[in-house]
Amino acid sequence: MTLDPIVVTLIEALVKTIVVLVALLTAFAYLTLVERYVVAKIQSRIGPNRVGAIGGIAVLQPIADAIKMIFKEDFWPAQADKVIYTIAPGIAVGTALLAWAVMPLNPSIEIFGYHVDFYIANVNIAVLYLLAIGSLGIYGIVLGGWGSNNKYSMLGALRSTAQMISYEVSLGLALVGVLMVSGSLSLVDIVQKQSFIWNIVWQPLGFIIYFIAAVAEVNRLPFDLPEAETELVAGYQTEYSSLKFALFYMAEYINMLTVSAIASTMFLGGYQGPFGIFPGVHWLILKIMFFIFVMMWMRGTLPRFRYDQLMGFGWKVLLPLALANIFITAIVMVVLGT
Amino acid sequence: MLTVNHFVILSAILFSIGAVGVLVRRNPLIMFMSIELMLNAANLAFVGFSRYLQSIDGQVFVFLILTVAAAEVAVGLAIIVALFRTRQTVDVDEANALKG
Amino acid sequence: MELIPFYFLAVLAAIAALGVVVLRNPVYCALCLAVVFVALAGLYVLLSAPFLAAAQVMIYAGAILILFVFVVMLLSPRVDQGAGTLKWQRPLAIVFGFALIAELVLVLALAVLPSARGPFTPERIAQIGSTQAVGASLFTDFLLPFEITSLLLLVAMVGVIVLAKKK
Repeated sequence: MTLDPIVVTLIEALVKTIVVLVALLTAFAYLTLVERYVVAKIQSRIGPNRVGAIGGIAVLQPIADAIKMIFKEDFWPAQADKVIYTIAPGIAVGTALLAWAVMPLNPSIEIFGYHVDFYIANVNIAVLYLLAIGSLGIYGIVLGGWGSNNKYSMLGALRSTAQMISYEVSLGLALVGVLMVSGSLSLVDIVQKQSFIWNIVWQPLGFIIYFIAAVAEVNRLPFDLPEAETELVAGYQTEYSSLKFALFYMAEYINMLTVSAIASTMFLGGYQGPFGIFPGVHWLILKIMFFIFVMMWMRGTLPRFRYDQLMGFGWKVLLPLALANIFITAIVMVVLGT
Repeated sequence: MLTVNHFVILSAILFSIGAVGVLVRRNPLIMFMSIELMLNAANLAFVGFSRYLQSIDGQVFVFLILTVAAAEVAVGLAIIVALFRTRQTVDVDEANALKG
Repeated sequence: MELIPFYFLAVLAAIAALGVVVLRNPVYCALCLAVVFVALAGLYVLLSAPFLAAAQVMIYAGAILILFVFVVMLLSPRVDQGAGTLKWQRPLAIVFGFALIAELVLVLALAVLPSARGPFTPERIAQIGSTQAVGASLFTDFLLPFEITSLLLLVAMVGVIVLAKKK
């Protein structure tokens, strides 16, 4: 039975999308557990170790948390704009998930003469697509703050948005260095070109700038003033409960996964092993876990930036550094003739 | 078969909607949004022709228009904010005196 | 086959544009405008301009519209006011709007299709990359407008800071 090639493509894309979505949602669930555990160990306490404990780690804890969140009362703040209040978490999660459509997960393989690519789409402007999705992610926060009809939510949302916009510029510029080295905007090409040496060797400063900007984008410590529990109540998430809050929470963790994946793909070679041994999705997972661990480590140890320090750092330190990185890369490339 | 006419007619429709928006609304922010709509309609016409004339100039034009529109929105919104600060109202029909 | 995404995106863009012009709540208008921008980005992809599609989403929907949403949230009352001082203005504007649409559509539907005159067929753009093609043109044929645009952005930045500063 031969199908129209377009139908085959659609079915293939659908299957890949479902696999990636299931993997991401499971990863999110267990990330919450990992975070609590890692932060507990750093703070010298015992993490969750009761629910379905296997060897002192509560493996079923995320499921218990999910059930608890679903059964919480789902309320509407008085005079909140119902439409915006409802769609804000949806937009946040949607844009967080969309970035995974272009991630290359594994080198392409041939099964029984059928070519299988391990990415959902090979767009030849993949890096621009990622930046565009990143800038759309701001809507979830700004609409969440507005829809809550609450001054503190609005202020938290505005601060968070301003922070994200500022660090987005440095993020994009840090990635430009990688683009200059790779000569292509397609993520699949960028990963394939790193088969021997990872991009971090060519772009160490770019990597550091990217990682700092990424942590600021995701609103993690030390940049999480807009949503810290001791400041402005909980920022734009104050008036959210139950499933909608769970969606915001999910959006934050999936954003963490996304920026870790982008850092792994652009700077650390994605699914390529060091010197190209045994390429595969296992290397990608290892690298993502490494970045997530570093982010959790920073959360457990570093103090928070004040808001003006945060903005000053983004504009006065990170942006000139990113520009200098592009300059230096350009000069070196012209001198070396690569 | 998609022809350039499809895209240019859509561009004309969006442009007219934007023009009516500028004429009908009194909130300067929404008037500004309608102007952006008109700009986007023109962009669509540019890209449509660029594709069917097989020239890249249309896309370059659109890129420059994008940049100019960004600058224009920034300045326009700053003006609206300054207007709001002095008049405490966002109704253009009330901004009918030159004395600030 | 390309007609299906075209008609879907075209209808979406037109309805969202009507939403911008008709809706009372300014925040809803801004969101409808975001839908228009994203629909137009989809149309640019159909027109073999993926670089412009990404730039459109990044710049228009991701920066300009955020600016709009900020200002709307901080300044605008929740619902727009009524008809205004000139009562006949609104119906007359709608009549003229229809006339404009009719005239433009008539002129464009009867127009003669222009003939191709450059080397950039969609296949060639897919081969060398849309970004590379636009970039090459920007830095060779259009270098002067490019540099002037950077100056324009600088002027706009300075102007905005001066205008928005509290005395």
